[in-house]
Amino acid sequence: MAQGWLQIAVFAAVVLALVKPVGIYMAKVFTDQRVFLSPVVGPIERLAYRALRVRPDDGQDWKAYARSLVVFSLLFWIALYLILRTQGIHPFNPEEFHSGPWDLSFNTTSSFLTNTNWQYYGGETTLSYFSQMAGLAVQNFVSAAVGIAVLVALIRGIAARSAQAIGNFWQDIIRILLYILVPVSFVAALVLASQGVIQNLGGSTVVHTLTGATQTLGQGPVASQEAIKLLGTNGGGFFNVNSSYPFENPTGLSNFVEMLLILVIPAGLTYTYGRMVGSQRQGWAIFSAMAVLFIAGVAVVYAAEQHGTPAQHLAGLETHAFDGSTGGNLEGKEQRFGIADSSLFTAVTTATSTGAVNSAFESLTGLGGAVPFSNLALSEVIFGGVGSGLYTMLLYVILAVFIGGLMVGRTPEYLGKKIGAREIKLVSLGVLVTPLMVLVSSGLAAATDLGKRSLYAGVNPQGFSENLYAYLSQGNNNGSAFAGYTGFIQPNPPGNVGAYGITFADLLGGVVLIGSRFLPILFVLALAGALAGKKVSPAGLGTMRTDNPTFVFLLIGIVILVGALTFFPALLLGPIVQSLTTRLF
Amino acid sequence: MRKDLITGLLAVVVLTLFLGVVYPLAVTGVAQVVFPGKADGSLVEVDGKVVGSRLIGQEFKGRGYFHPRPSATGYSGNVTFFANVGPNSVEGREVVRENLASYLALEKPFDRTLTKDRVPVDAVTQSASGVDPHISEANARIQAHRIAAARKLPLGEVEDLIAANTDGRAFGLLGEPGVNVLELNLALDKEAPLR
Repeated sequence: MAQGWLQIAVFAAVVLALVKPVGIYMAKVFTDQRVFLSPVVGPIERLAYRALRVRPDDGQDWKAYARSLVVFSLLFWIALYLILRTQGIHPFNPEEFHSGPWDLSFNTTSSFLTNTNWQYYGGETTLSYFSQMAGLAVQNFVSAAVGIAVLVALIRGIAARSAQAIGNFWQDIIRILLYILVPVSFVAALVLASQGVIQNLGGSTVVHTLTGATQTLGQGPVASQEAIKLLGTNGGGFFNVNSSYPFENPTGLSNFVEMLLILVIPAGLTYTYGRMVGSQRQGWAIFSAMAVLFIAGVAVVYAAEQHGTPAQHLAGLETHAFDGSTGGNLEGKEQRFGIADSSLFTAVTTATSTGAVNSAFESLTGLGGAVPFSNLALSEVIFGGVGSGLYTMLLYVILAVFIGGLMVGRTPEYLGKKIGAREIKLVSLGVLVTPLMVLVSSGLAAATDLGKRSLYAGVNPQGFSENLYAYLSQGNNNGSAFAGYTGFIQPNPPGNVGAYGITFADLLGGVVLIGSRFLPILFVLALAGALAGKKVSPAGLGTMRTDNPTFVFLLIGIVILVGALTFFPALLLGPIVQSLTTRLF
Repeated sequence: MRKDLITGLLAVVVLTLFLGVVYPLAVTGVAQVVFPGKADGSLVEVDGKVVGSRLIGQEFKGRGYFHPRPSATGYSGNVTFFANVGPNSVEGREVVRENLASYLALEKPFDRTLTKDRVPVDAVTQSASGVDPHISEANARIQAHRIAAARKLPLGEVEDLIAANTDGRAFGLLGEPGVNVLELNLALDKEAPLR
């Protein structure tokens, strides 16, 4: 395992080294300063303002900002749904796929709009290249930009002094896209292509194998979509098996780059935060809390996967490592990633709200599978999605300030701003709405016959895990899956002939996706507005510090406490039962 | 509200064109020029005929070829899915049990010292993609005995071919080494064709 730990340590070191430069760059982008790309991108930016009739200097209060965001998202929802419903008439459709069922389109549209990329469908068997490029990949950019914009608005609210405006939504979206997401994706796509990720528009290739059989290889514009899929913490694979498919992730190096793309923005944003509120220590405190939880998750999943599964041991398989063999639970994993890189990817993709996978989650060991569960149950605050991870974590920070203040009898205040009843109400709503939607929907699906049709493993702990994970993943906008769970039946793949959706799962999932993305966003923007208007009072003796190890410890405690209180009973019935037993069922 | 609608509609059109058409076509253009073979799927040709992709595993049967890892998808390159075998599932036990038995039945006659506890995990578990192009070095070294017998090659020569067709870790650090089954079998066919 030493080699595996070394890889994990190197990855962590590279992420750590990137936090500061990336954080500074993003802070400059968010505060309208010049960066090295300005000479090239500046003219395009100004052109975009003219074309979209945006006056970038018009500050918006939180209501105006929220209204722009909602209108923008609603229009894109309609556009994506229409693209998916009219697939048959678009260009770039070499396999001549027609549209899938409407309820699946509803789920998929809601899924990509919310930065989730939960997928009931398999990309290569149902979607044209046009739907992937101009439909889904556009949302990979846009939904990521929306998440970052909301965070930036909240940071401005925290940093402002008795102000109304929290920025201009349109300007934020354009600058985030032009200065961050598009250029990095472009470069990353080419790096991935250098490793063998495909990028073409020609349609599938039929090959005649050495043993006389034929094999049809699905093709497509994968590298361009792969880059933003990871950079935007989206996670929706071009192929059904996502980043385990060699055309999406062919080498150890491409795997490393993909994990780095996932973490670079969420980790860098903590530094951006510190810079924008005028205290780097505040940013590092939040980074530390995230890093501790992250490393703990990696360690557990790696150790568990290296151990192997009860099913394998009972079949008589030795799962120890020896010269030339990784050992461990390699079911549902790829040889080129082995146990260590599959485990690390699993932790990275679930700590953030990415949901891309390079191994099959349903085949994880019980304890290993409990790590994705926990990461999701902790509301995706361990780095989390681009923007959404940090804005959710900031809700927990304010909650921790409030609870800490109550414990020691001090007036809760954060960065010089008094936390009042309105703020705490908004924080509580923002923190609790997602768990509420998850528990109600997964309970509904588990308790009724309507939900049973989606199960693969049947009515047992594994089936319970599938069901809970499905709604946990959609609710937290992650998108990874215990992939046996389905909302789409496709009897004749490739193609949508005879395919139909499981309406209950598709619609329930769609509602959970939308609700648990946009309700918290509205609460966060309202909070940004409330904080922006407050006066800043200087820190006194009575101020609880929020930049020292004690606070980091308190913050971690609050995050775990809320997650555990909400989800522990449900987790007991699924992954925990499985990790405690060697019985098969 | 009206202003938001107008800007929003314009944004949907402009961004769909820019991010959904211009960006992927630009990446396609550059990738096709700079990495032409890779952008098209790292296809392998023999005598002008495409026989597969070096990145996509394919089925090999018979005594004379190295065998890839088990696949739940029949090594499909256009309909992919996970096997979704759970850690505590009866199905999982049966899959491993059967794969273990058939692996031993195939290899043990050629590698007399082979026992159950020397069978590497990759040989009997299903890969994630269903088309894992690699097997572990340990797996290849066991199969080498069978190949040497079938192709009447010295074992050492087969082992040299294995080493030559092993993809190591990137920078000696990232990922796990794997033996590329298609390339290895192609090398074998070139070196000592089956008659």
